[in-house]
Amino acid sequence: MTGSPEILTPSEAVFKGINDAGIDFIVSVPCANLKELIPMVDKAPEILHLPVTREEEGVGICAGAYMGGKKTAMLMQNSGLGNSINALASLNQLYNIPLLMIVSHRGVEGEPIVAQVPMGELTSKLLDTMEIPYFMPGKDVDSADLIVKAWNTAAEQKKPVAVLLPIPFWRKQA
Amino acid sequence: MKRIDAINEIATKVKESGALLIGNIGIPCKEIHHVCDVPTNFYMLGSMGLASSIGLGLALARPDKKVVAIDGDGSILMNMGTLATIATQSPENYLLVIVDNGAYGSTGNQPTATSVVTDLAAVARGAGNKDVFEVSTPEELRDVLKSTDKGIIVAKAEPGNTDAPVIEMTPEGIIERFTDISSQPSH
Repeated sequence: MTGSPEILTPSEAVFKGINDAGIDFIVSVPCANLKELIPMVDKAPEILHLPVTREEEGVGICAGAYMGGKKTAMLMQNSGLGNSINALASLNQLYNIPLLMIVSHRGVEGEPIVAQVPMGELTSKLLDTMEIPYFMPGKDVDSADLIVKAWNTAAEQKKPVAVLLPIPFWRKQA
Repeated sequence: MKRIDAINEIATKVKESGALLIGNIGIPCKEIHHVCDVPTNFYMLGSMGLASSIGLGLALARPDKKVVAIDGDGSILMNMGTLATIATQSPENYLLVIVDNGAYGSTGNQPTATSVVTDLAAVARGAGNKDVFEVSTPEELRDVLKSTDKGIIVAKAEPGNTDAPVIEMTPEGIIERFTDISSQPSH
């Protein structure tokens, strides 16, 4: 029997990307799709993780951590983009502060909750309007590499960057 | 006590302790800048409500440095969850001073809920914060500032602004000067 390469679950692949990117400070607001990833991040000794009450608060906390030399990310649902827009513009974009937003993108293909649909459909349009670069998984795209690429873009361009991970991505969850 | 009196006391404290100082949006930042403009000051020009969050993130990232944030009652009311997050994390090196003058001082002194019924010290305690101090004179504030580098001070003040001038620095200039110090290891 030959050894096959280990297949990572979606959460494991994102976690690998977080580690590969050297992210060491994470805030989170939960989503059902993040229920495996959040404990992984919380247990990682090299990552300082804290839950926050609202995404806008998380943007502020990450900005402060960046000023303290940290590489920052926020785990969130796309609904939280709406809660963060003023801060992303008048804090991150004003002062050139990088931030990686790892986003469970609800309200798209396979969404069972009708209330998720309006923000689900607005998410990429809002990011376009705000000139926030975003990355999405695709065929033959390694999810861990996607996270690293997104963080590198945030760090190089000194701005917020999003990775949008829609419902079908998480369905592959083991 | 007016806000400027509280800022004078805090400026004296951070000058002595070398703490990093996060200033709140609007006239508070202008007054801090006017009283004592040093590279360890970060002037938050936008993002109302987030001064206490920026201070918390910085304090958690840099346990080797003291961090002080000056916030206002209107801003805390806009981001009240911050009191729960600060309580949960409770870093030893973080002091939040809420200058509670019961008004949105930068926009025409419209009254806030703290001028009617809301007690921010009680909210802070209810959120789980152990070290919550209430002061209403510069002398009381000075005494508490001498005794602690951690916790939340609610400084009751009357509304009113000075005519401190606009900060001429660019946002890039503010953050670059600040992070040259805040992101470096302590010696």
